[in-house]
Amino acid sequence: MSKERYTEEHEWIRVDGDVGTMGITVYAQEQLGDVVYVELPEVGRKVEKGKEMAVVESVKAASEIYAPVSGEVVEVNEALTADPATVNRDAAGDGWFVKIRLSNTGELDGLMDEAAYKSYVEGLH
Amino acid sequence: MTNNTDTTPSKRTPLYVLHQELGAKMVPFAGYDMPVSYPAGILAEHKQTRAAAGLFDVSHMGQARIIAGTGFADAAAALETLVPGDIQGLAPLRQRYTLFTDETGGILDDLMVTNAGDHLFLVVNAACKAQDLEHLRTRLGDRCTVQELADRALLALQGPAASSVLGRFAKAAETMPFMSVEDLLIGGIACFVSRSGYTGEDGFEISVAGKEAERLARLLLAEPEVKPVGLGARDSLRLEAGLCLYGQDIDRTTTPIEAGLAWTIGKRRRAEGGFPGAEIILEQLRAGAPRRRVGIRPEDRTPARAHTEIRDEAGRRIGEVTSGSFGPSVGGPIAMGYVESGSAAEGTALRLAVRGRDLPARVAPLPFVQTHYYRG
Repeated sequence: MSKERYTEEHEWIRVDGDVGTMGITVYAQEQLGDVVYVELPEVGRKVEKGKEMAVVESVKAASEIYAPVSGEVVEVNEALTADPATVNRDAAGDGWFVKIRLSNTGELDGLMDEAAYKSYVEGLH
Repeated sequence: MTNNTDTTPSKRTPLYVLHQELGAKMVPFAGYDMPVSYPAGILAEHKQTRAAAGLFDVSHMGQARIIAGTGFADAAAALETLVPGDIQGLAPLRQRYTLFTDETGGILDDLMVTNAGDHLFLVVNAACKAQDLEHLRTRLGDRCTVQELADRALLALQGPAASSVLGRFAKAAETMPFMSVEDLLIGGIACFVSRSGYTGEDGFEISVAGKEAERLARLLLAEPEVKPVGLGARDSLRLEAGLCLYGQDIDRTTTPIEAGLAWTIGKRRRAEGGFPGAEIILEQLRAGAPRRRVGIRPEDRTPARAHTEIRDEAGRRIGEVTSGSFGPSVGGPIAMGYVESGSAAEGTALRLAVRGRDLPARVAPLPFVQTHYYRG
């Protein structure tokens, strides 16, 4: 069974076994506005929880995206290169960024579940 | 997602309530709460302006009059002591883009000056307006009265449909020459209209009493071609049009010649001087400037933002990006910046240092899109 977790930096990760698919939340894409470029890490790169992993460029600005967990990038969403606006259209689905093989599934315990993230976002207004 | 640490309470324009009603995302800008975008988003708002018409609230900008007891000629002569533009040669109801310069040849602000018949009408940048007014009063106070029009709003209607839209309310708008002004009644509202803008498109800037601004905005937004456009798209539109943003592309450290704004210096002013920094500016005009503002096209999809270091092909630092974004109508990243004059020729290969990478780019002609100013 997969479980979805969220970070305070507005990334989501959906874990199946020891591989998590991650992207940015609908709230995050709303804040960014139109995404015009996504810079993704290379497959095989080791990422560290909380460290910069990708960059999303909107018309206005570049925003760093942080790894929600530590591990190794096993797949990246190449479709975002051709059509970065997928992030705006379907942030929680087709707009995923990368798949990460978790080096420590225990890190998930420090992340929010959907209900906690929802109230976290509400608290930002 | 930048954090604004400025805690000064923001001022509001007369259209604040309308912006909220339209669902605008508001951001602090030059001391004002301004709409950066509406629910359509920056890309759609940008394309709307290029395809039909966009309505912008630019009421944060400063509007002022310079009045000399003796009339236009004396006000113009006085202002010429602060700017390199030919103001005395401005025909009645014509407008010109010019610059406040300082003693080092740097730029204090850019502005629009209009010969309003018996006085000068000025539009200056929001972030500079307090210091501009102070500058004008200090330097011209003994000869002129400087009157801030703080109770007036400023709306920009921009795009290929702007003329037919405004023409529905005031037929005369359609045939106004580019960079001219007229007093027009729009839906019964007294407006001071100029055919100008900051998008590269045909359009108008409309000065109106603050208390009438919302009614005017609603009237224009009710037209099928018109949609509200925020400051985000205003920035991408002006960058595509190759227009400078004060504080970013021009400031006290850049001269008009370095900035490629020599065209704003009138022929008579070149001969006579008499503006701050004239010695330095006219010498650069004669001998060339050490660096030049250029257009830049990155060769891949990565936008290079302001302050990105520009290198030559050998890896040597030759300048810095001053504005950089994605050009929605260009369909790719675009930028402006300063490079050493030897590297300013169109097509020169450059490298942009973006996040530790060395991205290939080229010097590109400005503007990035064809402009569509009204030529009659």
